[in-house]
Amino acid sequence: MDAILAQFFNLEIMAKALPLVLKGLGVTLLICAVVIPLGLAGGLLAALGSVSRNRALRWASIGFVDFFRALPPLVLLIFIYAGLPFAGLRLSPFAAVTIAFFLNNSAYFAEILRAGLLSVPRGQGEAARSTGMSATQTLAWVTLPQAVRNVLPDLLSNAVEIVKLTSLASVVSLGEMLHAAGLVRSITYNASPLMLAAGLYLVLLWPLIRVIGRFERRIAS
Amino acid sequence: MSDARPGHPALQVRALNKSFGTFKVLTDIDLSVDQSEMVFVLGPSGSGKSTMLRCCNRLEEPDSGEILVGGAPLTGSGVNLNAMRQRIGMVFQSFNLYPHLTALGNVTLALRRVQKLPRETAEAAAREALDRVGLADRAGHHPAQLSGGQQQRVAIARALALRPEVMLFDEPTSALDPELVGDVLAVMRDVKAQGMTMLVVSHEMKFARDAADRVIFMDGGRIVEQGTPEQVFGAPREARTRAFLGRLHG
Repeated sequence: MDAILAQFFNLEIMAKALPLVLKGLGVTLLICAVVIPLGLAGGLLAALGSVSRNRALRWASIGFVDFFRALPPLVLLIFIYAGLPFAGLRLSPFAAVTIAFFLNNSAYFAEILRAGLLSVPRGQGEAARSTGMSATQTLAWVTLPQAVRNVLPDLLSNAVEIVKLTSLASVVSLGEMLHAAGLVRSITYNASPLMLAAGLYLVLLWPLIRVIGRFERRIAS
Repeated sequence: MSDARPGHPALQVRALNKSFGTFKVLTDIDLSVDQSEMVFVLGPSGSGKSTMLRCCNRLEEPDSGEILVGGAPLTGSGVNLNAMRQRIGMVFQSFNLYPHLTALGNVTLALRRVQKLPRETAEAAAREALDRVGLADRAGHHPAQLSGGQQQRVAIARALALRPEVMLFDEPTSALDPELVGDVLAVMRDVKAQGMTMLVVSHEMKFARDAADRVIFMDGGRIVEQGTPEQVFGAPREARTRAFLGRLHG
């Protein structure tokens, strides 16, 4: 028991690791702040494409979504960071992570938003168009607000997944939280910094998960 | 007694044809509705009456034919459809109120986003329209907090607020419990009394008899017969009309 405490919950080592791990937390939050809005925007475009009446656009969107949902994000990240330089394109770790996660998350957000758009009855759009609203105005003021509301728990769940996904950035040496914790672990030969990072993920994500649960119950009722 | 102004057509439909795939829904529909006239469209289900109505604001795209609103073309190239649609109010069977907005929000949305009225002006116009349908005190309610009859009256207010020249009603009382139908019909009667031109698809025979200026009977995608309510209900000329009315009363 003492061995486990010393190896995983050593407060002294945690205290020493804290500044670096907190700096890593900052990088994690920065990645999320860039990738979540980008993924939502890309996902919305792909979702609109996948419900479009234009067949070519529809198939292109569905192909994009299927491909990037099937491709493991780790493989995608390594390919963009380590593979593209062979094609003459050398990206910074941050740019590589942003592009890889943007593609991956656009596909997931697209699938959620597509379900949301399809959940809005056809009569809603017809009512809006009958008052002279354009297709874009109808989307912005009538269809999309209802679509987002109907899939809000799924959108938030996906956002939580993205926060955890950022730990993959450690493979390209981007100093996000798990990378920082791993660095301290390799110096001290002690796993406590990882537990510290895990605790911080928990503190960060648990309230979000509670909020999602509340939304889900409200929609169910 | 008719308030209609003969010779002043508000809505004209000429040689309208429409198919869904190989199924011909409308064949050579010709129809003219005068200003302030209320025209009722009757017919069995599948007779094309709702499709005909929906062509009149191009929610369904006609295959051929011409539609004019106040003399201005609704069909053909170069038509500003969004501008034309503001001249044509539409009331749906399933109300189609926006559930995420209040009654007031439902009525103001097009006033603000399409007609670009400032918030105060739009809200004043919306409250006036809600008052006309007897729901001024429900402005802050969401559709889910309103009865079906109240929802349909808000939908009528939403269309009225844009000050259309013509209003289309697509089975406005079919989704309502019987005890709620009367309130909606009373509002329609009031809208007519204010001089609105109305084209109504409905099964409310008694209301048609009392309030309509003209009744049209459709079957198989064609206008079979038309005339005053007394003519069509009292002495229908066509066998199909007699059969349809007989089934309803039988």
